[in-house]
Amino acid sequence: MSQALYELTIHEALEGMRRGEFSAVELTRSLLERIEQVEGRIKAYLTVTADLALEQAAKADARRRAGEEAALLGIPMAVKDVLCTAGVRTTCGSRILENFIPPYTATAVQRLLDAGMVLLGKTNTDEFAMGSSTENSAYFPTRNPWALDRVPGGSSGGSAAAVAAQEAMAALGTDTGGSVRLPASFCGVVGLKPSYGRVSRYGLVAYGSSLDQIGVLARDVRDAALVLTVMAGPDPHDSTSMPAPTLDYQAALTGDVRGLRIGLPEEYFIAGVQPEVEAAVRRAIDVLADLGADVRPISLPNTDKALPVYYLVATAEASANLARFDGVRYGYSAGADSILENYRQSRGRGFGAEVKRRIMLGTYALSAGYYDAYYLKAQQVRTLIKQDFERAFEQVDVIASPVAPTTAFRLGEKTDDPLAMYLSDVFTITLNLAGMCGISVPCGFDRQGLPIGLQLMGPHLGEEIVLRVAHAYEQATEWHRQHAPLSIKA
Amino acid sequence: MHLTIDEVRHVAELARLHLTEEEIERYAQQLSAILDYAERLQEVDTSGVPPTPYVLPLQNVMAEDIPQPSLPNEVALANAPDKANGFFRVRAVFEE
Repeated sequence: MSQALYELTIHEALEGMRRGEFSAVELTRSLLERIEQVEGRIKAYLTVTADLALEQAAKADARRRAGEEAALLGIPMAVKDVLCTAGVRTTCGSRILENFIPPYTATAVQRLLDAGMVLLGKTNTDEFAMGSSTENSAYFPTRNPWALDRVPGGSSGGSAAAVAAQEAMAALGTDTGGSVRLPASFCGVVGLKPSYGRVSRYGLVAYGSSLDQIGVLARDVRDAALVLTVMAGPDPHDSTSMPAPTLDYQAALTGDVRGLRIGLPEEYFIAGVQPEVEAAVRRAIDVLADLGADVRPISLPNTDKALPVYYLVATAEASANLARFDGVRYGYSAGADSILENYRQSRGRGFGAEVKRRIMLGTYALSAGYYDAYYLKAQQVRTLIKQDFERAFEQVDVIASPVAPTTAFRLGEKTDDPLAMYLSDVFTITLNLAGMCGISVPCGFDRQGLPIGLQLMGPHLGEEIVLRVAHAYEQATEWHRQHAPLSIKA
Repeated sequence: MHLTIDEVRHVAELARLHLTEEEIERYAQQLSAILDYAERLQEVDTSGVPPTPYVLPLQNVMAEDIPQPSLPNEVALANAPDKANGFFRVRAVFEE
């Protein structure tokens, strides 16, 4: 076999292990060797749990020998470092949690572990998932496997880069304003953001509680469907997890999109979008039309209001959520000599620039005298944005657009201009505000060889239709078979 | 500019964040630019539009009241910066 084990998709690897061609330990070793070969250049991981991974892989092999057939038995994956893992350091990309070892495991992660996942490690992220490039990590930036001078996108940049560089078979990310879809687009992998409420948020360190959702970065749509099937469903530990029946999302991958109505929102094809991005997305839509989909124009008129709504709502929620970091119960403590001064110093030193900026913005938006003008107003406009989508989904089954206005930008290009950085999310945040689901699927490259992503958006709890269209498109094209050209140093 | 230096200081106090003078100046500029951008929301007519704080139709989700084991004391305190006799230790809140 010319293919190395680390190159396989999850469904290929499961098949190989079922047939006894290789073991979970061999597969895990292959991934760990790959990490050793390329991680120095990519920097996708904050923590690699090699010993734990080999131990879990051996257990998976034992379970398989005993006749068990769990959904992810022996599959090595990575987890974004904002998801709690009992006994494994969880930093959120922040100095304030540099030594934090959670006493419990997030439900989504636990479900994957129960299904046999092997944990390779915890991936880099913008601090507390606040960012679009992974440059806001307090530890180091992650690099784009397709061009090492470019960002991987964010905030789940470590997870996307790990999957793109074949340092993990798939990875969990989180998406509050596009933090799964944007890095998936920049790194040329599949990125699925489920509907709000589809996956339990228990054990996810909260950023914007009404927006946060755990998602998957994967090498193809089938793998994303497989992982979602394992982690979706209600959880008694999260009262915002929907009591909806759980589904086998692989069953949705019929390859048939005939007669499905796909809407193109005019507000997402505007000046300012890199011409190669628009061209690639339009070609992708032509492919879907050739497959029998019915493509029609639609309008989401409040799209240009989504960015300010997001940055008021998300930061207001963040300012409340991050109040828990007080230097008392866990995390960095400055050891100042009054309790008030200890709060101020611990937080002032423990948080990085972007986190402080968002806490400040959110605190201001919630403060006396400004609440109605900013926070309440933003929530009202959020209603209009949600209604735009509800009306659109009366006319179409799926909405297609670019994921981001551009391909991956250079490291350092936007770090001095927060507003320019925020604009990277202009086409992804709308879905979070509406609570709906979406996916980024590779649809081409620009002239510099940087990946482009097609975004497919679906209604609340509409993951099946989104996965079905993404899969049909993927199977009709070859983009997902292209891999980042990382030379292996001997 | 939306935010004066004094307002930034006030917000930092509300947020319990110690900021350096340089940070205060930088945030005054950057937050003002972001708030300028957010001004476009004022153009939208929202009279009679209810706010959306939360997208799900779920309300008052109830759970059975079943006693369950909680985290053992030493596990709950394992990450504490300072502890004593099974408690978190903090500086006195009230002066003597």
